[in-house]
Amino acid sequence: MDVRHSEPVGGAALAFQNATIGYDRHPALHHLSATFPAGSMTAVVGPNGAGKSTLLKAAIGNLRPIGGDVRVSGCRRTEIAYLPQLTEIDRGFPLPVFDFVAMGLWHRRGAFGGFRRDDDEDVARALARVGLVGFEQRPLDTLSGGQLQRVLFARLVLQDAPLILLDEPFTAIDDRTIHELMDVIARWNAEGRTVVAVMHDLDLVRRQFPRTLLIARRAIAEGDTADVLRPENLAAARHHIEAWDEAAPFCEVEPAR
Amino acid sequence: MTVADLLSAFSDFAFMRRALIGCLVLSVAAAPIGVFLMLRRLSLTGDAMAHAILPGVAAGYLLAGLNLWAMTAGGLAAGLAIALMASAVTRLTPLREDASLATLYLVSLALGVILISARGSAVDVMHLLFGSVLAIDDTALLFIGLVASITVVAFAVLWRPLVLECVDPGFLRAVGGRGAVIHVTFMLVMVLNLIAGFQALGTLLSVGLMMLPAASARFWTRSLGAMTALAMAFAALSSVAGLIASFAGNLPSGPAIIVAAGMLYALSVALGPAGGLIVRLRPARHRTG
Repeated sequence: MDVRHSEPVGGAALAFQNATIGYDRHPALHHLSATFPAGSMTAVVGPNGAGKSTLLKAAIGNLRPIGGDVRVSGCRRTEIAYLPQLTEIDRGFPLPVFDFVAMGLWHRRGAFGGFRRDDDEDVARALARVGLVGFEQRPLDTLSGGQLQRVLFARLVLQDAPLILLDEPFTAIDDRTIHELMDVIARWNAEGRTVVAVMHDLDLVRRQFPRTLLIARRAIAEGDTADVLRPENLAAARHHIEAWDEAAPFCEVEPAR
Repeated sequence: MTVADLLSAFSDFAFMRRALIGCLVLSVAAAPIGVFLMLRRLSLTGDAMAHAILPGVAAGYLLAGLNLWAMTAGGLAAGLAIALMASAVTRLTPLREDASLATLYLVSLALGVILISARGSAVDVMHLLFGSVLAIDDTALLFIGLVASITVVAFAVLWRPLVLECVDPGFLRAVGGRGAVIHVTFMLVMVLNLIAGFQALGTLLSVGLMMLPAASARFWTRSLGAMTALAMAFAALSSVAGLIASFAGNLPSGPAIIVAAGMLYALSVALGPAGGLIVRLRPARHRTG
């Protein structure tokens, strides 16, 4: 890793213990137990509405579990690097790429700290790592979708986080960009960081992710990717019913410990 | 009349000098607020808040006469109350923020006018709504200076989180930045500036010195820093031109300054290189890469 402060990072671990997380008392994730050990690289797959994004939002603390426990060990919640699926970025704001990416140094410089020369160099290196040399002064609103995704990855690089959560990082991204950003992700993991990515492309998952968690509101299978992505598991996930039942009875399962 | 004649208004009359200094200082403070209001698409919120502070100012005026501190305290209280009520209604009911703000500010404007006319005269109403250069005494100048100082310090401290709050609020939340605190501080500084502006410009138009120069500056540059500096310059220029016109034509100062700012705005829309009409309509040559 060529950004400073990056001797092998102790990855952080993430664990869901019998966690129920949902909206409006309807569970999007129902009694889910899953672990993401420190230094692992896991793909989260499942049909639409399976609760994949919910899982990540609960991990960073945006959603509180209705029941059970979501535990992060090895770093504080605010140190997790998170790439949301639908970013709330206001691309009309007149801000050059450099300044935007530099926000990734928030933990090092906070709201007020001045930028030093090595900070500038780190930003430049992060941009180089995602193939955006020469984009420093481009305003955000002139970027294409793929370029914006690279910019967001550059910011994640700078965040230097022990736990990195990516929500569908490759939607509407061309093959070459996917290939290059996948390299960035693999390198994060090689440095000892824990990576959890919500993915749709199962071929890509088979090729690149050692571990997989298959969910459909509940955990269907967890473990080695080859074992998890077997036809019978995938068939079980497909039978998942997306709609909420407003008349569904309240869940009476005793919290299993 | 020559330029010297026009400028003699300032050299001959102390109240014109005070109005000039007051407006110039206000310009420095109001411009960055306007830029961020515009970029956060809160332009109409600024307008709503300007209406909302009126009943508070009026209550202060009723209790203590033309006492600056009483009116300030009342205005601050009313502004905060409206801002909090609007966000409470937005959070707890299906009504969107724009609708809840609009309902609240209309009621508070009406309440304010009733409060003033209960005791004062039509002249008082005009004075509070649209301002008067004669109202800027030494206390008012002191207050404007104080508010401007607070504003400049607040922006120096808040700049980075405020930009982040505008561009990517989700990220600020994730890294543990307190977006709500930043937003409230920003609104507080805005209300302070609206109150500081009301002697010269009136409660209704003091938001104009924020919005018009900021919107004009948007047409000349895409850089945030340059936009803010330019907005300050435009606000100062409008202040000088408006005060001279007000003196020469015996016009109310607030509207004169805002009309001057409006002319600058019209020029910017037409001529501005960053998205102005003429640049848009002219067939542009393109580069090879």
